Amino acid sequence: MIKFFLMVNKQGQTRLSKYYENVDISKRAALEADVVKGCLSRRKDECSFVEYKDYKLVYRQYAALYIVVGITDTENELSIYELVHNFIEVLDKYFSRVVIYPSPIQSELDIMFNLDKVHIILDEMILNGHVVETNKNRILAPLLVLDKMVES
Amino acid sequence: MPAVSKGDGMRGLAVFISDIRNCKSKEAEIKRINKELANIRSKFKGDKALDGYSKKKYVCKLLFIFLLGHDIDFGHMEAVNLLSSNKYTEKQIGYLFISVLVNSNSELIRLINNAIKNDLSSRNPTFMCLALHCIANVGSREMAEAFAGEIPRILVAGDTMDSVKQSAALCLLRLYKTCPDLVLMGEWTSRVVHLLNDQHMGVVTAAISLITCLSQKNPDEFKTCVSLAVSRLSRIVSSASTDLQDYTYYFVPAPWLSCKLLRLLQCYPPPEDGAVKGRLVECLETILNKAQEPPKSKKVQHSNAKNAILFEAIALIIHYDSEPNLLVRACNQLGQFLQHRETNLRYLALESMCTLASSEFSHEAVKTHIETVINALKTERDVSVRQRAADLLYAMCDRSNAKQIVAEMLSYLETADYSIREEMVLKVAILAEKYAVDYSWYVDTILNLIRIAGDYVSEEVWYRVIQIVINRDDVQGYAAKTVFEALQAPACHENMVKVGGYILGEFGNLIAGDPRSSPLVQFNLLHSKFHLCSVPTRALLLSAYIKFINLFPETKSTIQEVLRCDSQIRNSDVELQQRAVEYLKLSSIASTDVLATVLEEMPPFPERESSILAKLKKKKGPGAVSVELEDGKREGGELNGGGERGDTPAMSASNASTPSPSADLLGLRPAPAVGSAPPSVGSLLVDVFSEGPAAATAGVNDDGFLSSAPPPAVSEEPAPPLPEAEDLLNKFVCKNNGVLFENQLLQIGIKSEYRQNLGRMYLFFGNKTSVQFVSFSTAVSCPGELPTQLNLQTKTVEPLIEGGAQVQQVVNIECLTDFIDAPLLNIKFRYGGALQNITLKLPVTINKFFQPTEMLSQEFFQRWKQLSQPQQEAQKIFKSGHGIDTEVVKAKLLGLGTALLENVDPNPENFVCAGVIQTKGQQVGCLLRLEPNAQAQMYRLTLRSSKDTVSKRICDLLAEQF
Repeated sequence: MIKFFLMVNKQGQTRLSKYYENVDISKRAALEADVVKGCLSRRKDECSFVEYKDYKLVYRQYAALYIVVGITDTENELSIYELVHNFIEVLDKYFSRVVIYPSPIQSELDIMFNLDKVHIILDEMILNGHVVETNKNRILAPLLVLDKMVES
Repeated sequence: MPAVSKGDGMRGLAVFISDIRNCKSKEAEIKRINKELANIRSKFKGDKALDGYSKKKYVCKLLFIFLLGHDIDFGHMEAVNLLSSNKYTEKQIGYLFISVLVNSNSELIRLINNAIKNDLSSRNPTFMCLALHCIANVGSREMAEAFAGEIPRILVAGDTMDSVKQSAALCLLRLYKTCPDLVLMGEWTSRVVHLLNDQHMGVVTAAISLITCLSQKNPDEFKTCVSLAVSRLSRIVSSASTDLQDYTYYFVPAPWLSCKLLRLLQCYPPPEDGAVKGRLVECLETILNKAQEPPKSKKVQHSNAKNAILFEAIALIIHYDSEPNLLVRACNQLGQFLQHRETNLRYLALESMCTLASSEFSHEAVKTHIETVINALKTERDVSVRQRAADLLYAMCDRSNAKQIVAEMLSYLETADYSIREEMVLKVAILAEKYAVDYSWYVDTILNLIRIAGDYVSEEVWYRVIQIVINRDDVQGYAAKTVFEALQAPACHENMVKVGGYILGEFGNLIAGDPRSSPLVQFNLLHSKFHLCSVPTRALLLSAYIKFINLFPETKSTIQEVLRCDSQIRNSDVELQQRAVEYLKLSSIASTDVLATVLEEMPPFPERESSILAKLKKKKGPGAVSVELEDGKREGGELNGGGERGDTPAMSASNASTPSPSADLLGLRPAPAVGSAPPSVGSLLVDVFSEGPAAATAGVNDDGFLSSAPPPAVSEEPAPPLPEAEDLLNKFVCKNNGVLFENQLLQIGIKSEYRQNLGRMYLFFGNKTSVQFVSFSTAVSCPGELPTQLNLQTKTVEPLIEGGAQVQQVVNIECLTDFIDAPLLNIKFRYGGALQNITLKLPVTINKFFQPTEMLSQEFFQRWKQLSQPQQEAQKIFKSGHGIDTEVVKAKLLGLGTALLENVDPNPENFVCAGVIQTKGQQVGCLLRLEPNAQAQMYRLTLRSSKDTVSKRICDLLAEQF
């Protein structure tokens, strides 16, 4: 099961966090700081899976942005690693269409200014800590409905 | 000014975010945020009704502030209002806010539930999805009460849109996890299983999560999912890389779905139906074959997705542990990964191989990779990979490679990362002992361990080396010589001084003949370390000195002088002072005979139970501690007065401080500060083996468990054993590790190991919820006549288990004589106020004490004939429960603990086994014969042993296994 999904920048600031298990707000900051410290300090040639307390962290870096997923040992590490990439590709697909930007989506600005949309995308992909959808078109469908409504 | 997405761009929000980003300091950021919070608060409180757009904007701002780590204590009401908006964008933000920020604030939940109810009945799929997502995210009890009936209907209704089905499946899973009592199985259950056949892959993906969870809890009800999952998997695996269109990821068809299907299959044993099993084996072979094919893409995403499936398939093969062919192929595949340039693959391969090493079919295959793994330990740049390599070395270690592995681990320890040293030390110590043929090697290894990583050597480790040296006289001289040499290093670790003090105090005489290690040289060497040591070590050294006086009368005056000096006899530490005074007195007034008796060599680690421990068992509660203290004092007193008790004082003192036979042989618990232990004269062991006050709480008596501070919840009577307790027990007859019990709240895992008549069981209590368990307590008890047959020892666990956390408890077991009943384990705790009271049977069965015995055909039948009296035999004829599979049967018989004898029975279909049950009182030889009849799907099981109760019990236990 996926326990949490974090997007963090290189300075360690959280840009998006989603918990699939109730974690006290006061504890979140400490957990995030801990998790980020654990992943950001790692070199490129180190492996992308880090044991952290009862979880395993799977992380992947995109330019200045890190995505860190906390999972239990019933989850398949590589499939989560690729799930992160699939998620990034969905964001890419969505934002490069909507946002006119010189830099690719990996820019954290996209996420900050469109937090609600990123959440929608994430909710379409992961629900209650489980993978529900991996098909990019279907993931984006509700968002496109939303955009259409706004335009009209 | 950065661009904002067109359409609903919220300019105010963009400005705010930019401001925050431009803040130069944390203070500036907080200032800006506070300003914004004040602004939003006033807007919300203002008289002017806000329009939907503004509400949405402010809620977005609050969300953003929340993500920066600031708690938000208002705005909830506004968010709830947004739920009833009929604008999708506003509704969406409302739900988002609630799912991020609301836990279970009851008043709000009712309002939220109302909105959800409206949206669920709206028949608008987008709204329905939002509402379902919200339930899945918040998932409180009230929500379960309101919707647990409705959601299964939505899930299986024919006209429900696919996307809604997906959300409904995960939503139901959430409710089932929070309140299983409210989600009732019914007509929908069978239809849920058939969602595996749904033509829509997304629906299948979502449904599997639900089915996996449900079938873990109700395996029988969901058994049909196995064949459906296999056929689904087979269709995916055999499809061309483009068949599944959008579900193909970098030329890999539906990787996530495949992983989930393979994971679901791991909830079940191998399929019984031959056709299904054949199809599955074919799938697994195809997956293994694909790993060898040239990649369809050079992209790393392609190989990752492919390997994700491969690792999951290997996990399933390991889970079945019944297909030697597949196991060996899996092992070879992982062997290739061990040398792969991707660190991720090396890591996962090491991890996966670790589980493979414990399968009898692949253990040998795993061992062939030893050089690669050792190399990984030495050269990997990533500590987590090195850690995996160390784990794997530990798992693949057996008698044939123990020396090599232990040597490699020791040399690695010199440079190992601090974070894993302690664990490494324990592993080395365990392996060294487990596979020691030659005990001087063992002693060398442990002393090396102390030299290299003294700080990480826990007390158990050095206790253990001393116990072994004491119990084996062939190694004592060697140990004394080695430790003497080790102490000569200019700087040696305090743990080395402890071992040195103890061993020289007992066996210094064995090397005293050599002038280089004459008594005085030994004493001076020890005493040169004295001033650098902590109080407990000094106390131990003082005891070693008094032992020296007995061993070497010529050192008496030197030692007395040392004891007499002010720094000892007037030491500010009361423990040291008392020892100095008492030892000085003892050495001057006691005759040589008395001295020799009092300071006699330690007896082998004990064969009989301590009188004080027995006393302790009758006592309950914290009072027991003081009993021990008083008793210790009294004995000390009597000793000074001439020692007229029947026991020799040294013996009683040593026994008093020795926890229990089982604990002794399998390693001791850490001793708490020695300062609190009673300094009874001559009780050298108090230094080393005293458990101090902890001992008082460690005993188990017939009534249950002694706890020093019983939590209030414990006043309730333990529940009677669960109805399924017997079945759970049967699951562990042929295995030692696994999950004993699991419900919504709690998971209990077991790891156990047995040697001769002793065992040690680790219980892992995992809190599956996010809420802490309070007043957690466990009690192990022996019903009926079991207390005279089994001796169990355990310690109290912490009364609190945090959500998601796990605590461990160790049970030490000693088998006194053969037994039938199983000990009971009662667990009590409070979860959200409600007392949970569960009683299980601890899977301790008589066969755990089997020592396998190899013998040839002639010998077997000779013994078989010798045991021909009717009461020595027990026989059962029964129908096979799972079909007759030779490999499975073999694995079970090995798991039973006996030796499986090949080429003994004239009929090759039959299985014969031999073993000896080791109890403290006696050894019971057992012979076993299992005759399968494939045609009738029946077995005949015959047990013969020298004791009728043993034959019968093992026959009963084993008959349940097939």
